[in-house]
Amino acid sequence: MAEKSRAVLTGKHFMQGDIACAEGAIAAGCRFFAGYPITPATEVAERMARRLPEVKGVYVQMEDELASMAAVIGASYAGVKSMTATSGPGFSLMVENLGLAFMTETPCVLVNIMRGGPSTGQPTKPGQQDVMQAKWGSHGDYEIIALAPSSVQEIFDLTIEAFNLSETYRTPVVVLADEIVGHMRERVTIPEADEITVIDRKKPRVPPGEFASFKPDEDLVPPMACFGEGYRFHATGLTHDESGRPSTSSAEAQQKLVQRLCDKIRKNADKIVKTERTMLEDAEVAVVAYGITSRSALSAVQKAREAGIKAGLFRPITLWPFPDQQVSQVAKKVDAIVVLEMNYGQLVREVERAAKETPVIFLSKLGEEPHKPAEILQAMRRALQ
Amino acid sequence: MSEELHPFETFLRKEMIPHIWCDGCGNGIILNSYLMALKDLNIDFNKVVTVAGIGCIGRVSGYTKTDSYHTTHGRAVAFATGVKLANPELKVAVISGDGDLFAIGGNHFIHAARRNVNLQVICANNFTYGMTGGQYGPTTPLDAWTSTTPYGNVEHPFNLIHLAAASGAVYVARWTTLHVRRLTESIKKALQKEGFSFIEVITPCPEIYGRYNKMRTGIDMMNWFRKASEIRNYSDPAKAEITPERIVLGEFVDIEKPSFGRLLHGMTAKVQEKMKRGNR
Repeated sequence: MAEKSRAVLTGKHFMQGDIACAEGAIAAGCRFFAGYPITPATEVAERMARRLPEVKGVYVQMEDELASMAAVIGASYAGVKSMTATSGPGFSLMVENLGLAFMTETPCVLVNIMRGGPSTGQPTKPGQQDVMQAKWGSHGDYEIIALAPSSVQEIFDLTIEAFNLSETYRTPVVVLADEIVGHMRERVTIPEADEITVIDRKKPRVPPGEFASFKPDEDLVPPMACFGEGYRFHATGLTHDESGRPSTSSAEAQQKLVQRLCDKIRKNADKIVKTERTMLEDAEVAVVAYGITSRSALSAVQKAREAGIKAGLFRPITLWPFPDQQVSQVAKKVDAIVVLEMNYGQLVREVERAAKETPVIFLSKLGEEPHKPAEILQAMRRALQ
Repeated sequence: MSEELHPFETFLRKEMIPHIWCDGCGNGIILNSYLMALKDLNIDFNKVVTVAGIGCIGRVSGYTKTDSYHTTHGRAVAFATGVKLANPELKVAVISGDGDLFAIGGNHFIHAARRNVNLQVICANNFTYGMTGGQYGPTTPLDAWTSTTPYGNVEHPFNLIHLAAASGAVYVARWTTLHVRRLTESIKKALQKEGFSFIEVITPCPEIYGRYNKMRTGIDMMNWFRKASEIRNYSDPAKAEITPERIVLGEFVDIEKPSFGRLLHGMTAKVQEKMKRGNR
């Protein structure tokens, strides 16, 4: 009990986003962190370095982000919930083993506190430029779950959610926050430990001789044995059959495995996807925004309502899998959609695809601050003309 | 009717065999020595994790009936670090090739050695990238011919044992696949050692490397090992050369130093103790 209370800092706090992220991870049962310092995600690592020994966890600073992600996968296979945190340049290195985590069905969490890119870009400034990289950055077909928090409270909550999803679906989950959410300080309420839902991976229900480590249940997710439990199983980044045996030339094996790994996410999308709808019931114009930009979007929508414009806000909390159906439903009811992103056009293409005939206006912002409410209001007026 | 079983029947994954290795390849000898060492030491196979990277020798992870994991190219040591730190009760061995461990994975190797992570790393050094058809790598000797050094190699190779010793490994040895008994003894020593141990095994690749360098059969390559080998235990690793005339073998380092795991988990225990006393 004493240990649980050390893991969950129940109470009201004034906390930085990166620190709330670390606290969410520990509350979710994370006991292993491997990372490499990078602005603006360093504070997640610093908090973990201090906090993990208090809960008998392990913090290790690796030589780079390639190694960090590899160690995270190793720890997860050793049976410990594990994570890393980084920003764009580090994420570029981590996507290598993000593919390995997907292929070997490894529950783990990768936090990307997005800054301005490409390359070294603007390390201390916010961005939402890694949204497509999260989905497509590693080679081959894969599906990712990516969550976008918009507040310090939400980065705490969604980091827990990320662990729960990763354990449920035996797959890596990305938390895509931006520098502002990572660095700003807000009030966070951390509930009692027993009020926090913590999900653990399914374990084998058969003895070692009968166990096939990649044989899925009906939900397409295989139970997971871990190292040292007596199952003596093999896992590989090569295409493999249900027993884990490499199958490098069978077309059938490739089709079967890749399809199942993707369908595991696609077919469970309705259970995974979370969105938030504000004032959309009678809206004529919808703003679509996520992360920090959704905060100024909300202010803009309120101002629009005051000015007699029927505006609403649609906020994807889950960026991947993309909430196709939910966006389509919104698009059918409104005359126009305004999409805000702190990039030069990424998720807007997904919105356009889902919105079909409904016109979409894109408002890009690159650099220091998110869109101003006045700019958004102006775009809404333009959209309705 | 009595059926004679392979001595490692229970230690191999039958469903993964036949293996992919060519005639004359030394990887089977390395696998054999590894299994023999585990067996001789009576180590619980349920508590062993065999980790490998990419390359011909990487398939060893699939053939060994311990828990095993076949990582992305170069990342075996980093993956193994995560495993060992997360569950210190496991015995974690990395078996991989010269390209995997010292080209793409070189950074992970030196840092794991520096930290003294409690891992046993065995490198099958065949002087080439065998699986991709024989390109030159970080251990290819000067002047050697490979598919990407058609005019002879103009890069200086790594001396792996010197690198391992300088990076902080607590046990360092080099053998060839001709020295099976000594190799097996070294693996046994390494498995009992606390900290980062490294064994380089010079292994024949007649099909790919030998073909380019006038040693077309496994026997040709083994003959080279036999003629050139000189055992110089505890001599200066910096001077342990590998040339057509001379291959210096032996144990080079055997020292005691607290492992990373011991220091890390010791620190955690201290933090726990401090918290119990309530003076955070």
